Amino acid sequence: MSASPLSRRPDPALLEALRARIRRLEGQIPEDGEAAGVWTLGAPEVDDALPWGGLPRAALHEVLGPFGAASGFCAGLLARRAGRGESILWCRRRHEIYGPGLALFGIEPARLILVRGRRDIDILWAMEEGLRSRSLAAVLGEIEAIAPTAARRLQLAAETSGVTALLLRPASEAAAATPAVTRWHVSPIPGVPRPDRPGIGFPRWRVELARCRSGSAGLPRIHQTSGEARSWLVEWQDGKTRGFAVAADLRHRLAESAAQGGAARIAV
Amino acid sequence: MIPGLPLADARALAPTLHIIPADPAADARALAALADWCGRYTPWTAVDLDAGEAGGGGLWLDVSGCAHLFGGEAALLDDLAGRLRGLGYSARAAIADTPGAAWAVARFAGIGRHGTAVVPQGEQERIIAPLPVAGLRLDTAMVEGLSRLGLRRIGDLLALPRAPLVARLGNVVVRRLDQALGRAGESLSPRRPVPAQHVRLAFVEPISRPEDTARATRRLIEDMEARLETSGRGARRLTLTLYRVDGTCAGTSVGTSRPVRDPDHLCRLFRERLKGLDPGFGIEVMTLSVPTADDLGPVQTELGSSRTIRAEGLARLVDRLGNRFGPGRVTRLVGQASHIPERVCREVSALAPDPPIPREALEGAHRPSPARPLHLLPSPEPIDVLAPVPDHPPVMFRWRRRQHRVARAEGPERIGPEWWREERLMESGAREHLTRDYYRVEDREGGRYWVYREGFYRPGLAPRWYLHGVFP
Repeated sequence: MSASPLSRRPDPALLEALRARIRRLEGQIPEDGEAAGVWTLGAPEVDDALPWGGLPRAALHEVLGPFGAASGFCAGLLARRAGRGESILWCRRRHEIYGPGLALFGIEPARLILVRGRRDIDILWAMEEGLRSRSLAAVLGEIEAIAPTAARRLQLAAETSGVTALLLRPASEAAAATPAVTRWHVSPIPGVPRPDRPGIGFPRWRVELARCRSGSAGLPRIHQTSGEARSWLVEWQDGKTRGFAVAADLRHRLAESAAQGGAARIAV
Repeated sequence: MIPGLPLADARALAPTLHIIPADPAADARALAALADWCGRYTPWTAVDLDAGEAGGGGLWLDVSGCAHLFGGEAALLDDLAGRLRGLGYSARAAIADTPGAAWAVARFAGIGRHGTAVVPQGEQERIIAPLPVAGLRLDTAMVEGLSRLGLRRIGDLLALPRAPLVARLGNVVVRRLDQALGRAGESLSPRRPVPAQHVRLAFVEPISRPEDTARATRRLIEDMEARLETSGRGARRLTLTLYRVDGTCAGTSVGTSRPVRDPDHLCRLFRERLKGLDPGFGIEVMTLSVPTADDLGPVQTELGSSRTIRAEGLARLVDRLGNRFGPGRVTRLVGQASHIPERVCREVSALAPDPPIPREALEGAHRPSPARPLHLLPSPEPIDVLAPVPDHPPVMFRWRRRQHRVARAEGPERIGPEWWREERLMESGAREHLTRDYYRVEDREGGRYWVYREGFYRPGLAPRWYLHGVFP
């Protein structure tokens, strides 16, 4: 009791614990620690650029873009997120999901529960029910516009249950900010034929991390977002390691930019 | 004034007569509504279509095992007749061992002030003997024939030997007599299927506040749970009916994807539905019935593995979604034994029990399948295509008013028709019985599509192209 806490050097473990607590209070990291609460995209370039080393599970993420490309990126995220035997709720309005097409992402069709709603309100209701039921891995909602309060509800529901929420929105609705933890813009780009098979290559998109609610600056791996967008050309690669990969012909440019002393940021 | 009197004669007798044209359809509707209302006494109700000589409609109620809820058969009848009077009907009612005896007594016996009578058990013969033969549910011609023979009372028939009676009049008279006396069985069909389980709650004062309705629903569900547990069953479908003070009913049903008796879950399913129910001027009686139930052994969820808990949670989620959106809008994808793209995969209601998975679908997991789009259009859409003949992929195509210049293409993948099926024309005009050559194409913007050419190449005939799916 004699020494005042201020006179001592701060205990790094204590500091880390306090930082973690602040992050929890800000609602970005789930209760059960960082490693368990994050899922990776499989492309180290993208994962390292995220403050969590991946995407937080118990959170709301937004994917914006033309339907084909955006839903493809979402399917990839879901495939990475959901473990074996875990179910996914897909709330849609207009579009049809084709079972055999899911094979590319390694999602068994039987694991998908599809809901069709007529209005955004119905989709939001179904998403919230799904998020509260803890028996799912993730919930995806196809939605036109969302009010900040509705998005906040989804974010809170995701935080409490640990079920991931994905919002799939058309690109034109980009304006309003939402409490989503990350926002991605996806646009299609021509693929590159695989060496083993002529024709059309792996699905490839330009993926831009438009918003990332990282908040605190004390994290070791963090890259300051400062509102600046970062983008990558990513491919979905099936095969042994199902996952995203930053397109191969861009890897060397990444290495170059890193060699020049810049941050691991790709400007494409 | 007697039935069958011509209108002119009736007017001559009573010049101030008020005339209302008969509307048999409306009568039938009113009677059906009344039969539903009688569901407050017993789940087994039916409309009596056999109005017969006596005229006027009737209702059948099977009150076996229900009378004690109202303090005995006489009390039940008084309650029923009193309420019907309150609704503005004049009614006569009788309870007997057989439908035939009850019918005869209700229509022909000189019964008490309230218009009700209970035939003591086993005494139908004594009670109906003095009643006219019309009480046997016979048509007018038969009744007239009997009266020409001097047979006016049911008792007159009882005294006669059966064989000459059958020879003279056919077996209908004898059959009706046997049915009334309980010598021959008679089966009537209830208006609605009789539920396996049925619980009922009556209120001293009519209720109308939503919280009261919710509480009453909870009590009914708890009663039902106890019953289901005793019989080792779980509900697959539940129907809640509200009987309003003005003699009308309102009802709602919920379905479940697997047998359930957990009160919390069932209350949650009904909570959404109760909002849509109008209590009107107040609710007197509520009933909950389980028309469909399945076996459900005793469950101990607390100690179950995380996997069973997850499956249980999933079933509950599906129930909640299904009851809000309708079972057809909450679906799962199942494989089908077909090679036609639109038939490979089918959506089935997630509330339905798990369908058997066809062998092809199981084998498909190990077979490297050619690339398929993530989104298949409900019906292939015709596109305008610029493509070299005979079998080249398109160079350019127009879909939904947009021009797409093809940068890369892959194909063709030929998919033959199912020749064993009947020919069918699809919405878009595409024909199902023609061979399709599918191409995966990618336009210059990076959009990836699944297009096909219909049929084989024929010189001089422009091939028809369709867009069938969108790749991620």
